[in-house]
Amino acid sequence: MIGVLKRIVNKLLGNLFRKKKDVRLGLYGPPNGGKTTLANRICKDWLGEDMGTVSNVAHETREIQIKEQISIKSKGKELSFNLVDTPGIATKIDYEEFMKSGMKEKAAKQRAKEATKGIIDSIKWLDDMDAVVIVLDATKDPYTQVNITIVGNLQARDIPVLIVGNKSDLKKADIKKVQAAYPQYDVIGISAKYGKNMEKLYEALFKIAK
Amino acid sequence: MVTFQFVPYYEIEDLGSARRVKKLIDIVKQNKIVLLQGRLRKEEEADLISIAMEEIGKKFKGIELAVINPEERGQEGLRKLRNNFFNIVLGDRQGLTIVGPASVVKDIKKDPSKIELLTKESRKKK
Repeated sequence: MIGVLKRIVNKLLGNLFRKKKDVRLGLYGPPNGGKTTLANRICKDWLGEDMGTVSNVAHETREIQIKEQISIKSKGKELSFNLVDTPGIATKIDYEEFMKSGMKEKAAKQRAKEATKGIIDSIKWLDDMDAVVIVLDATKDPYTQVNITIVGNLQARDIPVLIVGNKSDLKKADIKKVQAAYPQYDVIGISAKYGKNMEKLYEALFKIAK
Repeated sequence: MVTFQFVPYYEIEDLGSARRVKKLIDIVKQNKIVLLQGRLRKEEEADLISIAMEEIGKKFKGIELAVINPEERGQEGLRKLRNNFFNIVLGDRQGLTIVGPASVVKDIKKDPSKIELLTKESRKKK
């Protein structure tokens, strides 16, 4: 209870003293959902440069990455925010899984160590977000416990949420399934890789990152 | 062999968040699957993941987690209000939380009325 009150007071004070332009927009989700691909797409569209590296091996992003002062425009309105790309949240890490992708044992162990730290950091940073886009792989089951835990924690912290069903370019993608899993939220199907439906995403960002 | 340990809600209801999470992690680290009556608070679920990450090492690879709450869907009006009230007063005793060690539990698939717990095959000793 004290923790909840502390969070509310911190948030109120933070909002009071933070400038409008400092809105922090977080990208959250499980590993390999396409958070960094989306971050890169947003940065390319509005800054003309990438934000981070992407890979097919899970946990490529193992540190919080921030791109400051991104200004997007949609329908004559402008929105500025700091984009926070977070490591994917998982409940287990096994270095042997990385070795299956051809990684050497030492590198795999190091990656596992960094990935665990990244997950802890992602969870810690939840308190510092003003709005969050949850990036889900639309080809996979959206109703996993990790996704439910992320959504539940954002709800408990009263942080506005937009859910993105990414990889809509793939045949197996099922945006309706994502919508059915989280009926209380706006769900937008996109392909961050090919820039599909990004305009709709940008419009939706105005709703959550006021 | 897979071992399940049932934890009734009264065993955690007076504990603070950190001790609740520690209690569950301690059981899971003994390679047992926890069946907790009710559910943790949302923040505690996130803490459980964080602590599991901190504990990852040679033997412990993390957890598999599933929260089953059969009454989550289909609750309307007065019934929902009544259950929310009881949850606030008595704690969240509804449903079931399953936490297993990732080295034993491969995946937990859930359905509103069905739970599938996929375990890893233990290697046979010659």
